[in-house]
Amino acid sequence: MRVLKLIYKNMLRHKLRTTLTVLGIAVAVTSFGLLRTVVTAWYSGVESSAANRLITRHSVSFIFPLPFSYRDRISMIDGVQKVAFANWFGGVYIDKKEFFARLGVDADNYFEVYPELLISPDQLQAFKQDRSGCIIGEQIAQRYNLKVGDIMPVEGDIYPGKWEFTIRGIYKPRDKTTDPSNMLFQWKYIEERLRQEWPERAGYVGWYITEIKDPKNSAAISKKIDELFSNSPAETKTETERAFQQGFMASVSAILTAMNVMSFVIIGIILLVLGNTMIMGTRERTREYAVLKTLGFSKAHLFGLIGGESLSIAMIGAALGLALTFPMIKGFESALPKGWFPIFNLETVTLLLACGSAFLVGLLAAIFPLQRAISTKIVDGLRQIG
Amino acid sequence: MAIVSIKNMSKSYWRDSYEIKVLNNISFDIPEGEFLGLMGPSGSGKTTLLNLVAGIDKPTQGSIEVAGTEITSLGESELAKWRARHVGFVFQFYNLMPVLTAYENVELPLLLSKLSKKERREHVEFSLRIVGLEDRMDHYPKQLSGGQEQRVAIARAIVSDPTIIVADEPTGDLDKVSAGEILKLMERLNGEFKKTIVMVTHDPRAAEKAHTVRHLDKGELT
Repeated sequence: MRVLKLIYKNMLRHKLRTTLTVLGIAVAVTSFGLLRTVVTAWYSGVESSAANRLITRHSVSFIFPLPFSYRDRISMIDGVQKVAFANWFGGVYIDKKEFFARLGVDADNYFEVYPELLISPDQLQAFKQDRSGCIIGEQIAQRYNLKVGDIMPVEGDIYPGKWEFTIRGIYKPRDKTTDPSNMLFQWKYIEERLRQEWPERAGYVGWYITEIKDPKNSAAISKKIDELFSNSPAETKTETERAFQQGFMASVSAILTAMNVMSFVIIGIILLVLGNTMIMGTRERTREYAVLKTLGFSKAHLFGLIGGESLSIAMIGAALGLALTFPMIKGFESALPKGWFPIFNLETVTLLLACGSAFLVGLLAAIFPLQRAISTKIVDGLRQIG
Repeated sequence: MAIVSIKNMSKSYWRDSYEIKVLNNISFDIPEGEFLGLMGPSGSGKTTLLNLVAGIDKPTQGSIEVAGTEITSLGESELAKWRARHVGFVFQFYNLMPVLTAYENVELPLLLSKLSKKERREHVEFSLRIVGLEDRMDHYPKQLSGGQEQRVAIARAIVSDPTIIVADEPTGDLDKVSAGEILKLMERLNGEFKKTIVMVTHDPRAAEKAHTVRHLDKGELT
């Protein structure tokens, strides 16, 4: 208890110095948490990828559609379980700033290949029976205070005109990595209107999602799909869902890498800040440590005193930093356009990383001062002035 | 009976490639219950000799036996334990922990013992009573005078009932009155409590209180 008291009292010797160090650590931990959360949010699509899903898109670019007729041909390949498709609709709901994904999907299979979108059978059935029906994620329902039966008017841009959808269901995400902010409606609804208004655009979908029996065969099945459509006007590129998502990230990967690196550089900075505080503190107390050694205190006791002080400062800073991280993330999220990051959570792993890093920094920052305190001879320490 | 027995002990320091001989082939005994004063000019090796007897420094050669233990052969951690059990220290500049109260400072050596909190309290209060500071136990060093700080340091030195007390110029930083009080206290510890005291001093009045005074000059006892 007395040792703990001594640690506590040593920490408070230079209140301003300790306070500034704690604040420095807190700011660093908050920045670390925020950066990691942004990086995690970017990668959330990759994290939610299933190993048994393949994505087939146009070989030139994702923006070029694929013929609807491909669905049945892909279904016939050995090892394929189910095939669904989706089509990016775009459009504006209320305001351009109100962003969330709006997709025309295969009403029959889409929710089967995406079991992480949890929807009640009744609502799914109602959706399938209503050509202009839609299912929205619970985040969308909460954000716009929507309920089943409400009408969602969308101003089309890729598919011009006014579109109205009746909400037939609200899905829940199975876990934190599942996007809760999609609006999904029947592709057939678009298709029927295209046939009337722009027949040349009808008969195409954005991409195919293929559920396979064994993820080990993903490479072979991907190859078979692409071979099936080689030398056709719409050649395909098939890859695992994870690779597909990572492809999306490629354009921002340099920024994300920089953010990732920065988050760890911050840890290095707090190590220097705390290390500096500890070195100053122990240098001032060289004589006191010599007295303690004279009285019979061992290296372990000095480790307890110096390491304990360093760890205490680091962990108090980390606790304060983490406490600030939650409102900071909320504030950051609300400052962004709505729906920019469908999943923007402070992950448990980020919390653990921040705490673990602070603990490690506390230990590392104590090494040099500790080594100095231990290696200084008692007689030299007693001669130290000030 | 000798409580401290020093045989053929020398101590040198190295500055770059130069050997500086501080103590040169010293042999002498300190009987139990002795109040020994060590005097000599600056640089004569008084403090070095005191440090060697107290086990906070090691000789270049020779042996030091204290209370039957050859301390030159002890490792660092054994020596730390030995000091905690056998030696009480009184420094010229008191060397109290500024963030601890008088009570907590005196209690420090007992934290290394297996005494219960209650036993520690009894020992600390007894020691502070001996030095006449039982009413100042909750005061911090900065709230005490120099003489009082030194008395707290003496209480800390005696609280674990050590075999010997080593004092390095205990009156060197005090005014005449306070120095007198400290010397009286040292005499009392030696006379009433039979403590063996080895005291380094420049002060002839302090030396007068010692039973025996040994002079050091250029690393040799004269």
